[in-house]
Amino acid sequence: MTALSVSHSGASILSRRNGFAGALSDSFWRHPKLLLLLMLTPPLLWLGIIYVGSLIALLMQSFFAIDDFSGVISYEPTLATYAQLLNGTNLDIILRTVLMAALVTIASALLAFPIAYYAARYAKGRWKAFFYLGVMLPLWSSYLVKVYAWKLILAKEGIVTWLFAKLNLTFVLDAVLSLPVIGGNSLSVSYLGTFLVFVYIWLPYMILPTQAALERVPGNLIEASADLGATPAQTFRTVLLPLALPGIVAGSIFTFSLTLGDYIIPQIIGSSRLFIGQAVYAQQGMAGNVPLAAAFSVVPIVIMGLYLTAAKRLGAFDAL
Amino acid sequence: MRSDRGQRSPILLKLFAAGGLLFLHLPILLIFVYAFTTEEKSFQWPPPGLTTRWFAVAWNRPDVWSALALSVQVACIATAIALVLGTLCAAAVSQTKFFGREAISLLVILPIALPGIITGIALRSAFSLFDIPFSVWTIVLGHATFCVVVVYNNAVARFRRTSGSLIEASMDLGADGFQTFRHVILPNIGTALLAGGMLAFALSFDEVIVTTFTGGQQATLPIWMLEELIRPRQRPVTNVVAMVVVLVTFLPILAAYYLTRDGDQIAGSGK
Repeated sequence: MTALSVSHSGASILSRRNGFAGALSDSFWRHPKLLLLLMLTPPLLWLGIIYVGSLIALLMQSFFAIDDFSGVISYEPTLATYAQLLNGTNLDIILRTVLMAALVTIASALLAFPIAYYAARYAKGRWKAFFYLGVMLPLWSSYLVKVYAWKLILAKEGIVTWLFAKLNLTFVLDAVLSLPVIGGNSLSVSYLGTFLVFVYIWLPYMILPTQAALERVPGNLIEASADLGATPAQTFRTVLLPLALPGIVAGSIFTFSLTLGDYIIPQIIGSSRLFIGQAVYAQQGMAGNVPLAAAFSVVPIVIMGLYLTAAKRLGAFDAL
Repeated sequence: MRSDRGQRSPILLKLFAAGGLLFLHLPILLIFVYAFTTEEKSFQWPPPGLTTRWFAVAWNRPDVWSALALSVQVACIATAIALVLGTLCAAAVSQTKFFGREAISLLVILPIALPGIITGIALRSAFSLFDIPFSVWTIVLGHATFCVVVVYNNAVARFRRTSGSLIEASMDLGADGFQTFRHVILPNIGTALLAGGMLAFALSFDEVIVTTFTGGQQATLPIWMLEELIRPRQRPVTNVVAMVVVLVTFLPILAAYYLTRDGDQIAGSGK
């Protein structure tokens, strides 16, 4: 012990390293904060300055307003742009989008549950991997290709019409399409079509967290419930559903948020009435009204903020 | 005695689960059929005839090739940036405790949590504010921002499983920080980075919403596709490109799955 402290001067056990890299490495060891700072600076510069900076710049714009006569943005803080959001057409756009997002979320939750439950409880080994990839591949395959596939499916001369004709059920399809509001000339220009595509595209985002939550439910809880005389429906309602709820809420964050912000799907498949995303796009592009576009984009941020706060209460973040 | 060991699933549940998976896969498979159709003007089903001639037509279209080249270029650069930034961030967050750690995780996830249109319009207005002309680099800037999160997620999961004592042992045995990084840390997180990188590549290769705002005149492959969707020029060529895109994106996803399947199933969880 004494030999060590004698052979090397001072308190350090090892000698200093040579060269620039050695010295640098030593100083990192002696000052962990320096290393931390060096590691964090590039990502923080990128995300903090470029990304959050642009976000703040955008939000600031929403407090300006466009001059009605000259069409020039006047840089004086005002809430006039936000007031515009509340006029008839714009409010309609917001309500339509929120309603669609809510319906899509509910439908995906209903569709996702059996898949997630089967994968979590009954699929074993090879089948488990099959289910996992079966959800993962559609999730990651190209978004536009998926939308395009649905354009093929829902087209008037496409496979859905053909299928209904083969089954002699064309009158059902015609009846559905002649419904007010959700119907249209063909499925690809109706709200029903938009809804179907939204559900299809975001469904995997609902399956994965639901499955994760269901996997954490011990199987013997279900058995205990059955042993105590509960019917399967009672077990589902009082045991399984409350335990799976955080996962479903976590999935609903994705489906809800993604539907709120999407502008491509309603543009390609749907009626000509706008959604928030399309309104943002139109306002900043052709209309050149960046303040109104910015104010529109605040709407999903605020809604998601509220949604996330509620989700946090329900424990959804532990299920992510 | 337990009667429920090898329990069978209810038949109805099985049907619903199988139906759900079919619902997820059939539309994509349909693209494969349409790539061979002889019908040129409409989306007629069933296809009146099958042909492979559209592959040759698509092969000879320079606009498809230039869009593909731009997409690959952007995805490569964005992935490289995301790998560096994501790994640094993951290392800092998982190896040390410091004030504001939670905030950094939130910051990384934000570009993916907020709708893409907000990221896009925010970047676009920032570009116009500073008079930055649209170029390949403005596209890369947007893509790298949301690619960081997939690399970060994969790296953080792996760092959590890598024991800190390995690093200490390496230091105790006399390795300096750089040697430890090269011989201990990198082999440990290598496959996670590869998986994260592939997913980042797939994410960037497929991105359309942010790109419409940061792209200007250049068309990446998804932008090319979007234009064909809105104003179709030659539908069969679009079908062929769509099929090729599906095939090409499947490969990195399968690879990423096999690289990370032992233990952490983080690879694709949430885009």
